[in-house]
Amino acid sequence: MSNHLPEPEELARIHLDMSASGWMDTPAVLREGMYCHGVQGKNIEAVGMPNPRDWRVEDDDWQLPEDWHHIVMEGLKERLHRFRSLQIFMDICVRCGACADKCHFFIGSGDPKNMPVLRAELLRSVYRYDFTRAGRIMGKMVGARKLTKAVIREWWYYFFQCSECRRCSLFCPYGIDTAEITILGRELLNLLGLNIDWIGAAVAKCHHVGNHIGMEPQTFKESILFLCDDIQEITGIKIDPSFNRKGAEILFVTSSGDFYADPGIFTCMGYLMLFHQLGLDYTWSTYAAEGGNFGLFTSHEVAKLLNAKMYAEAERLGVKFILGGECGHMWRVIHQYMGTLNGPAGFLETPVSPITGTRFDHAASTKAVHICEFTSDLVHENKINLDPSRNDHLRVTFHDSCNVARGMGLLEEPRYLINKACNHFYEMPEETIRERTFCCGSGAGLHAGEDMELRMRGGYPRANAVRNVRELHDVNTLACICAIDRAAFPALMDYWVPDVRVTGVHELLGNALIMDGECERTVDLRGEELPTGPAKQSAEDVSLRNAVDIPEGA
Amino acid sequence: MAIVYALILVLGLVLFAWVGIQGLGMTYLFGVVFPYTAMVIFFLGVLARLLKWSRIPNPFSIPTTGGQQRSLHWIKPAGMDNPFTRGQSLLRLLSEVFLFRSLFRNLSLRLADQKPQLTFSSAKWLWLFAIFFHYALFVTLFRHLRFFTNPVPWPVNMAETLDGWLEVGIPQILVSGLILLLAVTLLLARRLLIPKLRYISLLNDYFPLFLLIGIAGTGALMRYVLGIDANSAKQLAMGLISFKPVVPEGTGPLFFVHLFLVCILLAYFPFSKLMHAGGIFFSPTRTMPNNSRAVYHQNPWNYPVNFHTYRSYENEFHDKMVEAGIPLDETAPPLNGKD
Ligand code: HEM
Ligand code: SF4
Ligand code: SF4
Repeated sequence: MSNHLPEPEELARIHLDMSASGWMDTPAVLREGMYCHGVQGKNIEAVGMPNPRDWRVEDDDWQLPEDWHHIVMEGLKERLHRFRSLQIFMDICVRCGACADKCHFFIGSGDPKNMPVLRAELLRSVYRYDFTRAGRIMGKMVGARKLTKAVIREWWYYFFQCSECRRCSLFCPYGIDTAEITILGRELLNLLGLNIDWIGAAVAKCHHVGNHIGMEPQTFKESILFLCDDIQEITGIKIDPSFNRKGAEILFVTSSGDFYADPGIFTCMGYLMLFHQLGLDYTWSTYAAEGGNFGLFTSHEVAKLLNAKMYAEAERLGVKFILGGECGHMWRVIHQYMGTLNGPAGFLETPVSPITGTRFDHAASTKAVHICEFTSDLVHENKINLDPSRNDHLRVTFHDSCNVARGMGLLEEPRYLINKACNHFYEMPEETIRERTFCCGSGAGLHAGEDMELRMRGGYPRANAVRNVRELHDVNTLACICAIDRAAFPALMDYWVPDVRVTGVHELLGNALIMDGECERTVDLRGEELPTGPAKQSAEDVSLRNAVDIPEGA
Repeated sequence: MAIVYALILVLGLVLFAWVGIQGLGMTYLFGVVFPYTAMVIFFLGVLARLLKWSRIPNPFSIPTTGGQQRSLHWIKPAGMDNPFTRGQSLLRLLSEVFLFRSLFRNLSLRLADQKPQLTFSSAKWLWLFAIFFHYALFVTLFRHLRFFTNPVPWPVNMAETLDGWLEVGIPQILVSGLILLLAVTLLLARRLLIPKLRYISLLNDYFPLFLLIGIAGTGALMRYVLGIDANSAKQLAMGLISFKPVVPEGTGPLFFVHLFLVCILLAYFPFSKLMHAGGIFFSPTRTMPNNSRAVYHQNPWNYPVNFHTYRSYENEFHDKMVEAGIPLDETAPPLNGKD
């Protein structure tokens, strides 16, 4: 953690009043703890991006290329011709302010330039100056200004204080999506070699080795097998998953967070157990191991570059469709971008669940199914048995990840699963869930260590809502379906709401899943004692109960 | 400062028209030349802008989803907030255009004084002002059709009758005009009183508000205070619309000020944020259906990228993969391996 991280009480003293001078006259001060390290030269080079060099944010000279101004202007012009979103969003904002206090970074920091409307104005002001006559003539009065190196610094600071969560877009009467502006703004910065290293390093590794953390094929296999050992210890069942296997029916892809770090690995164990219990004909891939896509946080081109492997691998292995794990931005990419970027995937088939026969027509083109859709269908068709009492020590609430909430609409499936796998589920206040969900504060590649203050500030509204259900219902578990959430929330909870654990939905499911031939479970997937006592029933009772259970919505 | 400049600008325009008419008697300029010029700028400008927007592609399908997606048959999708079909997204768009649906979601945030705590509550004021303003504007404009038509079509007459439902005053009070004035004033007050809004507001934001106050204000003055010869106004309007412009006597300077401000609004419209009226129909997050996994969406400028192929991956990690017992691609030639 950053040494400068203030105490929660101090951090929570937020002032939402505006500075006396206008925003254009208030230079951006890059405050330590609120930004990430600049990208290293080798990581820029690894994907063939411009201006590779080592630079430090603290330096006065960011070593921009000679013709940086021209590069940005041409880049902006090109994007205005390529993205209707950008042109429209530059033109039609009325500054009604509806988006202003919807951003968790503004709420948590009080910095006016974190109001989505102002974040967008940072770019819009330059657009006005260079692309509109009134802006050129009237200047500051109509919100126009020249692009200077100071503006570049300001862009960098604030475009990397946006987690591309789209909450602002939901509330804007015209749907102006500041996330889109940030995405394109970051593209412009990347033309100058101004990424952050937390993203740049992940991109470089993913491109070259196949996942964000640079796990080589043998290590990847080892870590999955390691999880299988743990499963065997807990359930007595030996699982033997396959890797890079041609002819498998399904290619399973999830984010690296799920196979490498606590608590993601427990979710991964859940997947492994479920697939084993089903006897699913699936394979992992060491080459297209990464579901997450930090390219989205870099540029559309890099997003395409990294995403291309998923289809290439599916085609090489000859699978029928792709099943994707619990991850937020991975699913924004798969759902809204993948088909367009690297499709159409004519070599795959419309996904059909081999267990239930359900055809996932809503994925007929992209041929990728979300694990929560897949599992909800299984539960609904009574193909698996669950003993929710094994999760009785958990009082659970659920965080909707921004990307799947506002860039897809996967809201009911995870709730359905949690309700089937747990007996104690409580929703956070309604203004903070579903499509109105608050970001974890670390999305879009911001979950580094050096920007901890930014993360704690940005995550404050979410943490505040968790504390609400902790106080009301004694909630001790925060469930989510996103690998970045699972990486980011433990620190956020420690800071704001101690003693709340973070879990994936398929970890809860793995706990509750009754497997054929398993020994009596005494510990959960984390090796913690299971609750005992009168509430605990034998597996037989439960399967009987599940069998007569009338599914919701039937 | 921006607000002062905007006010001065609008007052200057009023003065300009006043002097032009009262002092210099340039009624033809203000009654014919300016209106035609403004209308040409308006129509061509708006058309150019719409054409420009429509030529730019939507490379990706990026609707903002505001509810449950369509997935499994037993889960109820939120048709309008998360549209799957074109029809549903049209419905969504119309709900934005006519009901300002997204604005209706607005929440206000409260920070507790003593302890670190945030609470949210529904905040519909902006929505209410906005609805009042736009509908009043619409009704007022619609009523103005009586100046441009002969005989006046019945819906216009009916609008006027309905608009006079208060049935008080001579001349009868028309509610829409007053609501318009009130709502614009409230929107302006909002900008002035809420620090966040004052902070983000530009000349471009104050100017149209003052202009609208000017237009609605001069309109109300004419109707309720000073009175004008409505027949001369109609003569002028009919002349303009039939391309046989005449400048009748007896409309008075106030009328020309009113007309001039409208001309400014028309000419300003295509180059300003007022184009939100057209832009909303092009906003990808609100117009596109959320069916990108079911229906292929093409990017017209898509281009190939040199991604790291499996073959070069296998070449690099060949030995390690062999050792770990990970199957290799049969078609790949064994390279520097030990096998
Ligand atoms: C398709 C038609 C239109 C739609 C859907 C629409 C919608 C909106 C919305 C949602 C707002 C934000 C809320 C507010 O600040 O009031 C707004 C603001 C505004 N609209 Fe419209 N509008 C339309 C047409 C027009 C037209 C024709 C004008 C003509 C003058 C206009 C003038 C304004 C002004 C001046 C504002 C800013 C108010 C402020 O500064 O607070 N709108 N519009
Ligand atoms: S809500 Fe939309 S129109 Fe209003 S200020 Fe924000 S971006 Fe602009
Ligand atoms: S996308 Fe999210 S983080 Fe970015 S400006 Fe909007 S609300 Fe803030």
